[in-house]
Amino acid sequence: MEDGLSIKQLSHTYGAKQALDNVAFDVRPGQFCALLGPNGAGKSTLFSRLTRLINGPPAQIMIAGADLHRAPRQALARMGIVFQQPTLDLDLTVRQNLLYFAALQGISGKVAHTRIEAALERLAMAHRAGEKVRALNGGHRRRTEIARALLHKPQVLLLDEATVGLDAATRRDITAHMHDLCQTDNIAVLWATHLTDEIAPQDQVVVLHGGKVMANDTATAICGAETLEDRFLAMTGTAQ
Amino acid sequence: MNAYLTSLMAVVTREALRFIQQRERFVAALVRPLVWLIVFAAGFRAALGLSITPPYQTYITYEVYIVPGLCGMIMLFNGMQSSLSLVYDREMGSMRLLLTSPMPRWWLLFSKLLGSTAISILQVYVFLLIAGLYGLINGIGMPAWGYVAVFPALVVCGVMLGALGLFLSSFIKQLENFAGVMNFVIFPMFFLSSALYPLWKMAENAPFLAKICAANPFTHAVELIRFSLYLRWDGMTALWSVLAAVVFVGLAVWGYDPARGSKGKGR
Repeated sequence: MEDGLSIKQLSHTYGAKQALDNVAFDVRPGQFCALLGPNGAGKSTLFSRLTRLINGPPAQIMIAGADLHRAPRQALARMGIVFQQPTLDLDLTVRQNLLYFAALQGISGKVAHTRIEAALERLAMAHRAGEKVRALNGGHRRRTEIARALLHKPQVLLLDEATVGLDAATRRDITAHMHDLCQTDNIAVLWATHLTDEIAPQDQVVVLHGGKVMANDTATAICGAETLEDRFLAMTGTAQ
Repeated sequence: MNAYLTSLMAVVTREALRFIQQRERFVAALVRPLVWLIVFAAGFRAALGLSITPPYQTYITYEVYIVPGLCGMIMLFNGMQSSLSLVYDREMGSMRLLLTSPMPRWWLLFSKLLGSTAISILQVYVFLLIAGLYGLINGIGMPAWGYVAVFPALVVCGVMLGALGLFLSSFIKQLENFAGVMNFVIFPMFFLSSALYPLWKMAENAPFLAKICAANPFTHAVELIRFSLYLRWDGMTALWSVLAAVVFVGLAVWGYDPARGSKGKGR
């Protein structure tokens, strides 16, 4: 697979604990892939490996055709990331935060400003550009982070439980926006979550449990006659 | 602009903005050495007789002696302050943003180091200006060219202590553990150096401690500042300071190597 995200033979251990066990799956461009797993399933470890925050045993991770191990800089340049933990500087304005990120990607001057205005416009955040992040609510902070992750036009977008702590309406808006975005911009989106209501029937779903991929198919194919939530609880052994 | 320069400017500007927003930090960084210079030194002037010691060519007062040590103190505290802010960055998540940038990690660490060194140097110059004015009132002062000659020495010391801070921050897991850095790094490094007393004075009373002082890289940093301020060159202090800076930079890069993350650091 040339574009999108491709993971093969990805394992990771913390001492004796096997956090990831031979994880392998692909996400095509334009595909919204939900990485579904309960707490402790290995989602955050997978994200840390994909973003190169930690290294581990050899694995083949391709980001839009760039090998993360052999060409980490090219791979990271093609990837947008929204971490579970907020990563905005609260004392800087929305625009200053975005300018800082753009510069870390090597984008400056007029290009940076044009892209920032476009990204904020798209996330309906243009009117808040001059405000300090501290003054924004959780939903607006998340939108700012998503706008920021899109500044360098990534081909693969990783979001680690991006809706955690948000109210239902904001969660729905952001989830819907991400579904639109992956179609219109042909981006491969990997969306880690443990909430089944964020997943549309046509979405690709990778169920991760105990560090292993338990299922990898469309949501419709995985749930069959059951609801996705019931199927997920049954697969992960957390059903009541 | 080149991508390297763009990211360098961004990291340095962010450090500067953060520093400007924390005015208390600037005031505290200045008040601390000034209290030592004006109060502590006045009290100890009578107790500590100083003979003619290079680079000084005449008898000097204790205030004159401790000025270079207090410059080192500013840089030491600033280096540790940067370390603290890096641990804070990691707890707040903004460190992830930096580490997942496509720019090489060593370059980003270097940019961070340069930002913290620039802030250190700015603080030292403000202190030196005030110390110079205080010295003029007392009829003693440093040579005017000393202010220029000390610049490279301040760069070396700033990089050395900033890199030490970076290295330490890669090991400190939580902000709460930072008190340990104060007790086990800042205080021993400062008091076991030539910042407050010349080594020969220490050797008279505690020869073993004097040996530790002589091996302490901070001693060499302070001596490099002292010699530069008085337009004198001491090759050994320069060599040891540069060597310590290189070693600490190497350790900082190693400390932030992602491969180390596989040995138990989950998130």
